[in-house]
Amino acid sequence: MTVSSDLDRRFRDAAAAEGLLDVAYELHDTPVGELLVAVTDRGVCEISYDADPAAEAERLARLFGTRVLRSPRPTDEVRRQLDEYFAGRRHEFELEVDLSAAREFGRTVLDQLARVPYGELTTYGTLAERAGKPRAARAVGTIMNRNPVPIVLPCHRVVGSTGSLVGYAGGLDRKRALLELEGALPPG
Amino acid sequence: MMDVVSVPPFERFYEEQRGPVLAQLRSMLGRDAADDAFQETFLRALRAYPTLEHGRHLRAWALQIARNVALDVVRRTRATSAAVPDLESVDEPLPYEELRRLTAGLPEKERAAVYLRYGYDLSYEDIGNALGSSPEAARQAASSGVRRLRRKELS
Repeated sequence: MTVSSDLDRRFRDAAAAEGLLDVAYELHDTPVGELLVAVTDRGVCEISYDADPAAEAERLARLFGTRVLRSPRPTDEVRRQLDEYFAGRRHEFELEVDLSAAREFGRTVLDQLARVPYGELTTYGTLAERAGKPRAARAVGTIMNRNPVPIVLPCHRVVGSTGSLVGYAGGLDRKRALLELEGALPPG
Repeated sequence: MMDVVSVPPFERFYEEQRGPVLAQLRSMLGRDAADDAFQETFLRALRAYPTLEHGRHLRAWALQIARNVALDVVRRTRATSAAVPDLESVDEPLPYEELRRLTAGLPEKERAAVYLRYGYDLSYEDIGNALGSSPEAARQAASSGVRRLRRKELS
């Protein structure tokens, strides 16, 4: 039997309103493609490119608990700020981030990453230094690659020591697009 | 031994069970009351979800919650309405603890089949779905479980 979209939406809203979810997520269209945005009650815990929602739900359930549900409301604020960012009207995100699934050094590095300002570039080595392990540039690269909340935590602003873009979990085209949006690279 | 089946993300559980749950609620309550009961059923399932130890028999579990919600609605209706519909056909299932104790010694598949048939009052088709076998195999498992219980009782 088919459940009407109205009935479906009412349940998804109620589940969130009653505080029964470990993770709420929603898909969101942006100029760099569809993003899956997920939040816990501690903050945004995942933003992913080209997501397979079923696989992401499995992953989120392992990390944060099995009560993972697509439920737009709790993600509204994150999606609103993303829209503003892509419209060029927002240079800083005012969001709590849930990094409870990251390891200790990863968290230190991501904290440092959060301080890299809009439109500026830094290098993997610099970030390693700021995180207290100057020789860990490679590890920092891995941490950037697995950044759970790209865009909000701006790993796209981290480049190689020679200025090459090196890599991006969402693909180099997107890294370039974000840096162009911020004016850190000339429009290509 | 069956493989361990982990509890799926609630999203998957909900997507798989919402249709059958709504169908059952409508058959018990009619269309309008079923819509309210639908939300209550899945909210109850959400509250209980962290206590699940494995992902087996989730269809039966969801339908049982729906049944309980529907029975609550029926009781409330009985308590508040003068024009009481005849609802004697809505039987209570066997007390679960009793059934759990009785069937504890059975082989896994027979235990599940007996439990679902007599505890949850599911059709063999639903039981077959829950156990991943045909309705006929579910019927055989239930009846061989019952035979085993009878032999145990006699000895």
